Amino acid sequence: MAFNPSSKQLGAIKALVFVLALLPFLRMAWLVFQGVPVEPLEFLTRGTGDWTLYFICITLAVTPLRRITGWNWVIKLRRMLGLYAFFYALLHFVTFFWFDHFFDVAEMLKDVVKRPFITVGFIAFVLLIPLAATSTNAMIKRLGGKRWQWLHRLIYVSAALGILHFWWMKAGKNDFQEPIIFGAIVALLLGLRVYWHYAKKSQAARA
Amino acid sequence: MLIKKPSEGGIILPSDITPREVYEDRRRFIARMAATAAVGTGVWEMANREAFAQAQAAGQRLAAARNAALSTEEKQTSFKDASSYNNYYEFGLDKGDPAENAHTLRTRPWTVTIDGEVKKPVTLDIDRILKLAPLEERVYRLRCVEGWSMVIPWVGYSLSNLLKQVEPTGNAKFVEFTTLADRRQMPGLRSPVLDWPYVEGLRMDEAMHPLALLGLGMYGQVLPNQNGAPVRLVVPWKYGFKSAKSIVRIRLLSRQPRTAWNDSAPREYGFYSNVNPNVDHPRWSQASERRIGEDGFFQKKRKTLMFNGYDQVASLYSGMDLKKFF
Repeated sequence: MAFNPSSKQLGAIKALVFVLALLPFLRMAWLVFQGVPVEPLEFLTRGTGDWTLYFICITLAVTPLRRITGWNWVIKLRRMLGLYAFFYALLHFVTFFWFDHFFDVAEMLKDVVKRPFITVGFIAFVLLIPLAATSTNAMIKRLGGKRWQWLHRLIYVSAALGILHFWWMKAGKNDFQEPIIFGAIVALLLGLRVYWHYAKKSQAARA
Repeated sequence: MLIKKPSEGGIILPSDITPREVYEDRRRFIARMAATAAVGTGVWEMANREAFAQAQAAGQRLAAARNAALSTEEKQTSFKDASSYNNYYEFGLDKGDPAENAHTLRTRPWTVTIDGEVKKPVTLDIDRILKLAPLEERVYRLRCVEGWSMVIPWVGYSLSNLLKQVEPTGNAKFVEFTTLADRRQMPGLRSPVLDWPYVEGLRMDEAMHPLALLGLGMYGQVLPNQNGAPVRLVVPWKYGFKSAKSIVRIRLLSRQPRTAWNDSAPREYGFYSNVNPNVDHPRWSQASERRIGEDGFFQKKRKTLMFNGYDQVASLYSGMDLKKFF
């Protein structure tokens, strides 16, 4: 049960995850380069948005997975997975800034204010920036573990706003199937944390 | 596996068309391959392209003389883009769904019933409709309410030719167009996104305007199913959704008909829905548009024109507040 990789094995696992997580990007780039999607701009916008949500879910799943399986080493993958969530979110933002507004900052900001679903998505993206910026060991040290942990709880807010962004986008066609699935996954992953938090508290009270 | 190629000279004989069993079998084969491939989706998309290329080869030619006066000289959208990036919710909500699913639409036999406020109600066979008036090619701009646009060479004739046949009464003030709604042929009807059947409408004077086209083909061939075969409306100065596809009934009315999108979201989609850069959709701006295949990557989106650049229709709306009647 308690698989415990050596540091060499862990290095190999990390390398594998790094490559796997990059594949969606390479696939999208390759397909667009080959001229496969009819509408490459929409394809890239949708694709990068989807993968942002996937990686947010995967990142949020690390802690529950660790607790349930006892595989403490998975925590060592969390930073990379979180940075991939940011990577795809950044690409998603770039598609919007480029294809929709052709790098016109004023026009882009006007649009962010005008369209609620973009406002929400934009905030979700901006909230990820400090997390990516403080992801180094040096920054963890500088902030101190407790404060760093508090800051990184912004991922919960960002995840919720990301789902809302997706929900609102799909609302135009009354098509809620996928947002419901994502919403349920994120709710479960966050719910587990709440549950464990209170379980620990009541245990502490008994003790 | 034998996939047939057209004979020389570009004439497609019935014997040249790959039998359905053959290409469907091929599709299943490719689908199986895709399912087992590690990077499955890429192969899957290629498989769809393959099937699509087959359908294109089978397109039946529809000859028509260009109506240059009503055509734009702008660069035409590629046939591939125009026939694989579609909104036709009866076949699915994603842009690629119609091209993938619409092969189940049976376009023969097909009749269109024209009734209501008319002296001579009639049910016309599609072959009659094809011969009712000389076919013209008209290259129109198409502006989707979602903010993208295309330039498409349609084949058809002015809708007025058809409407005159049934002799509208003095009470006929509006025209209602109904799209086929058959669950056996249209998998998208299971989606609750709209109250089926799809219904659209025009004011009588709009319908009689020479620009309003009864579309029977595009790019010199009959309409692909996903583009609204066998007969559709093309109203180039209005957002694309006003142009009903696969029409089975045309009803002339004394009152304004209900329309599908207006029913679904009245704040977002008005009855008129003229292309208007000054009236934003509640959820996005309508001031600019992305010409498919041209704008976005290397150049900025282009400005949207009032009435999609068809100024000749402006007189239809003189004195009307187009912000109110959006």
